[in-house]
Amino acid sequence: MSQSVKNIMIVGVGGQGTLLASKLMGKAFVEKGYDVKVSEVHGMSQRGGSVVTYVRYGDKVYSPIIEKGEADIIIAFEQLEAARWLAFLKPGGILITSTQKIDPMPVIMGNTVYPDDILPEIREKGVQVISVDALSLAKKAGSAKVTNIVLLGLAAHFLGFDKEMWMEVIRTTVPKKTIATNETAFELGFSAKE
Amino acid sequence: MKTLMLGNEAVARGLYEAGVTVVSSYPGTPSTEITENASLYDEIYSEWAPNEKVAFEVAFGAATGGARSFCAMKHVGLNVAADPLYTASYIGVNGGMVCAVADDPGMHSSQNEQDSRHHAIASKTPMLEPCDSAECLVYTKLAFELSERFDTPFLLRLSTRISHGRSLVETSAREEHPLKEYKKDIMKNVMMPAMARGRHKEVEKRIEAIRVWAETSGINTVEYNDKRVGIVCSGACYLYAREALGERASYFKLGMVNPLPVDSLIDFARQVGQVYVIEELDDIIETHCKKHGIPVIGKLLFPSCGEFSQAVVREALLGEQKPHVCFDKPVPPRPPVLCAGCPHRGLFAALKKLNLYVSGDIGCYTLGAQAPLSMMDTCVCMGASVSGLHGFNTARGSEQAKKSIAVIGDSTFIHSGITGLIDIAYNKGISTVIVLDNSITGMTGHQNNPANGLTIKGDPTVAVNLEALARAVGINRVVVVDPFDMEATRKAVEAELAAEEPSLVIARRPCALLKSVKHNPAMVVNAEKCTGCKSCLKVGCPAISVRGDANKGRGTAVIDPNQCVGCEICAKFCSFKAIGFKE
Repeated sequence: MSQSVKNIMIVGVGGQGTLLASKLMGKAFVEKGYDVKVSEVHGMSQRGGSVVTYVRYGDKVYSPIIEKGEADIIIAFEQLEAARWLAFLKPGGILITSTQKIDPMPVIMGNTVYPDDILPEIREKGVQVISVDALSLAKKAGSAKVTNIVLLGLAAHFLGFDKEMWMEVIRTTVPKKTIATNETAFELGFSAKE
Repeated sequence: MKTLMLGNEAVARGLYEAGVTVVSSYPGTPSTEITENASLYDEIYSEWAPNEKVAFEVAFGAATGGARSFCAMKHVGLNVAADPLYTASYIGVNGGMVCAVADDPGMHSSQNEQDSRHHAIASKTPMLEPCDSAECLVYTKLAFELSERFDTPFLLRLSTRISHGRSLVETSAREEHPLKEYKKDIMKNVMMPAMARGRHKEVEKRIEAIRVWAETSGINTVEYNDKRVGIVCSGACYLYAREALGERASYFKLGMVNPLPVDSLIDFARQVGQVYVIEELDDIIETHCKKHGIPVIGKLLFPSCGEFSQAVVREALLGEQKPHVCFDKPVPPRPPVLCAGCPHRGLFAALKKLNLYVSGDIGCYTLGAQAPLSMMDTCVCMGASVSGLHGFNTARGSEQAKKSIAVIGDSTFIHSGITGLIDIAYNKGISTVIVLDNSITGMTGHQNNPANGLTIKGDPTVAVNLEALARAVGINRVVVVDPFDMEATRKAVEAELAAEEPSLVIARRPCALLKSVKHNPAMVVNAEKCTGCKSCLKVGCPAISVRGDANKGRGTAVIDPNQCVGCEICAKFCSFKAIGFKE
């Protein structure tokens, strides 16, 4: 069956583990037989800056990046980043977001303010927003570091294949010691859908 | 089976399959992972060199010795390696040699967005440019074949989107290439004027022979669709154009960007209507086409700055934009910052009140240029902090020298800071240079370097003794401080600034992100003692902020326990002793 190109963006703050989430997705889509492109930015922006990863899959993918109005799904690890990248969502697209807030330095310094009510405002624009307190669930699973997997678990409802396949991809990718924590994180994220 | 690989990983795989045995590089985003991945193959000797010039010369020496060899660097690294490149081009190779150079359009992690194709043209070195990971692997192998066939080093041009993009790759087995015989040949290998005159003629013949090869070899591909519009492009721009225009245009995709073809481009232009050149950065293909009488449109519609995308192509050629929603309120920027627990913060915070002129350099510590630390006046290129400070102080006199410092990381100091320090000592300068020794090459993602005593594979080796090195070049005043001991650090720097001779201060503490570093528990704020004065915010730590309406609306400091590693720097800025460890 032909598959037009699907675009998924993962946005967050450098150090939140966005790269592992995109790596897992890339692997899963390859196993399903799709053409896949993932675009990451390493280097300077990793140090607490705004980071974005593009994941694209389908029969044939050309560009490695996603532009404004093109994303089917945005997975945001932080609310302000959800707002920053919102324009990349296509009309009818889905925003999956953690409720976590991390102040950027200009806000910490008091030079500017962190906007209030980000998620209600995005909802008001008719965007389907699915939010979760991913950090708390990650801690419940055993480590703040598995926030990415909690969000992946929640996103799995919209990514088209069954839970067991994701579990298998996780098991074969993450370090052995952390498999159990990651599995729990995925479960908690998966069950968090209202 | 096809596997998903980073472009850089695919280049490394290409090295493996091409039978490469020697790799020498200096880290530089976005090129670093090539050499990191190459080092995972036991069949390849890999090393981190002190800088790109050394790396290039090691690879070139290995090629002279008959091995297939490789080096990788970022675009600005090729400036450092330009000296050997331009003459290596005259000499040619014995075993094949390839140098990968990764451009950074959009400057995701660079100080400029120079176009490395200029170096290929100027040094008359052929250059291939892949557009995805599969081509990264294929072109790497092809470059070695062509390098040996045409007796020239080859350049492989990458860019951030190619290097750091993952796409599908088909791998195959390694093909061993036994060491070629080395024969002494001074007419070819010793570039004195008499020999170089002869070699230059060979270089001109060679680049023309490669052009002729490129016309028909299939390295450049043509795809005819709607013939009213023709697109000439290479690398990532081909992907953006193909995505935006689909079958509404015909494409001439260049796999070899130096030398550029002539006959096949003229033929393509005859087959199609209007020809557009889509190239990031400079108008190299466009100028080439115009030189050969091909009427093309390029920079008239496309910018010379920044990175392209399918949207850039769509807007320029079709005047179309995708509909999208926008967040209405202003979204504060989120610039990268020094990590919580970063030793550089200790140094900058300790010296902030001294109001110094700070000659800066390339590394994580460049982030200290931004508010609130604001501890940098200049940042140019690797090593420029030290030599630049000497120039600044020479121009402005010894009183200025007592208010000026250079800050440079351990890896950058080894790369090209040491030569500036020699200049200071030799020419009787009195500048104060501070090496921020965090035992790692940090910004590029933790590579070992000659100063930390570990090889690329993590094996123990000799470490450059920075104190002894400084003394050996004639610096008599060498002091080591712990940047977390801010009081002692400030006093030491003040003493060195006051001295009538040059000094090297080594601020030594390992990077907070190193696995070997043990952290304290997160600190907490005693809300009863906190007055909301915001002094703690002056250290620019991402883990601390002031929230709420307490203290007559000023708020209360809050420390994020997920980020804080208990370095205590903020606590030292608190006059009310409100920050401490949980009892």
